[in-house]
Amino acid sequence: MARFPKPPEGSWTEHYGLGTEPMSYEDSISTEFFELEREAIFKRAWLNVGRVEQLPRNGSYFTKELVVARTSVIIVRDREGQVRAFHNVCRHRGNKLVWNDFPKEETSGISRQFVCKYHGWRYDLDGSCSFVQQEQEFFDLDKADYGLVPVHCDVWAGFIFIHLGKEPEQSLTEFLGPMVTALENYPFHLQSERWFYRSPVNANWKLYLDAFQEFYHAPVLHAKQTPPDFSAAAQKAGFEAPYYGIDGPHRVVSTAGIHPWNLAPNQLKPMEILTRSGLFGPWDMPDLNFEQQPAGLNPAGCDPWGLDSFQIFPNFVILIWGQSWYLTYHYWPTASNQHIFEGTLYFVPAKTARERVAHELAALSFKEYGHQDANTLEATQTMLESRVLDRFPLGDQEVLCRHLHKVAGEWVDDYKRQLTEV
Amino acid sequence: MIDALLPSEFSELEPFAAKWCLATEQERYMERLSSSMTEMQALYDAVTARAEEAMVYCDKFPLDEMPDDALNLLRLLYSMVMVSFPVEVWGQPRIPDTGAAYLDLLVEPIP
Ligand code: FES
Ligand SMILES: [Fe+2]
Repeated sequence: MARFPKPPEGSWTEHYGLGTEPMSYEDSISTEFFELEREAIFKRAWLNVGRVEQLPRNGSYFTKELVVARTSVIIVRDREGQVRAFHNVCRHRGNKLVWNDFPKEETSGISRQFVCKYHGWRYDLDGSCSFVQQEQEFFDLDKADYGLVPVHCDVWAGFIFIHLGKEPEQSLTEFLGPMVTALENYPFHLQSERWFYRSPVNANWKLYLDAFQEFYHAPVLHAKQTPPDFSAAAQKAGFEAPYYGIDGPHRVVSTAGIHPWNLAPNQLKPMEILTRSGLFGPWDMPDLNFEQQPAGLNPAGCDPWGLDSFQIFPNFVILIWGQSWYLTYHYWPTASNQHIFEGTLYFVPAKTARERVAHELAALSFKEYGHQDANTLEATQTMLESRVLDRFPLGDQEVLCRHLHKVAGEWVDDYKRQLTEV
Repeated sequence: MIDALLPSEFSELEPFAAKWCLATEQERYMERLSSSMTEMQALYDAVTARAEEAMVYCDKFPLDEMPDDALNLLRLLYSMVMVSFPVEVWGQPRIPDTGAAYLDLLVEPIP
């Protein structure tokens, strides 16, 4: 018996017309498909690269390595306070412009201008070339023609997005669509205590997205994280989400929650009781000063509400917890069977040691779970690559996995069609 | 004690201080991986017994203006959290079934 009502069609999968047949995971092991994804997806979608709080002052900048698009990008707040993005390449002879010690590592800082390490050409924060070493030695060179190559850049709700295409087909808000932009008024900006994790993962980027867009695995893979009494009950009940939403290429799953502070002590770990915190976040929640909870949140009206996980195509997730904090995931492909995973936790800054200790347990719990999720992926990737199997049944709680792979396929097909039309 | 790292009220935790009062999560995680269960159980037992008082003590100061000894005490509380997973659930320093996977924390709040 389902605990939550399904749509009239009998399942979420049929409701969204995604087909119920077993799925191929060829799109996660094929190197040809990955080569197409570089162009078809990562150069045609808006990509989130961070938040405005990472650029606190005019002149603040950070770089982002985008192996999937074979480029590196500088994100900078210019003298007027505008956030801009440029390809991280010097117009003279193509040296990478901004880097420290190791050219492939990301960096950040504050600067009045960018100076190339090779021959000293300089660029203003707005990208214009301001100085050429021994300019008189050059032939008909006009510095005005040698500004940094701009990258389309826009900001929504404090999230900085770039677009690597020549001309985006949609504005950022058109691309994000009504389901995501309904979060506009959520107080992301109040939650500026930032914890940034990174991990190289030996699996296709879509496999990790899958791992975090279904919770069917949670009572099993993570069983040992919780006391036996809790795990046994969770496994017996299984997992059901009260709501799955789809809007264009984007998805959301919402979950019902529990109030951990109401659980019997044998259902909790002693450290959770001691610090009043855990995987779902601190029990003593900050006031987020909602005038009104954004319309897009808690779509099933759960009380208690667990979380909403918004999967923003292609590789960005905003997960908002009922316990008043949020986190983001990014999956940056580096090969058909490798990517860099980034997890970033955001809390209202702790004002007291007690609050800070509660954050410490929430953050560590995230890490303990994340390790388990990540390692499973490598085990999956290697066996998918064996090609012993090519059809995999997905249940209704895995509806969002089905949708991601369908959308990725559609974007690749669409790109191939455009190529042949030219 | 001249070189005490912790406030005198918490002198019984002093034997743990040199090893476990570490500034970053990365350091605390590495310490966990290279410690025995006996060492972590001892830390856990000692610090959890005084944790409530320690939080009350630390809360006397603003987070960004903690005297060194209180800051060390706070870091000891972080280490108590760090070893709680091995002690309470894993029975080993490492998360089971996680092979070579790692998840590095590159930016964290200070302190
Ligand atoms: S390559 Fe940058 S100044 Fe020559
Ligand atoms: Fe998981």
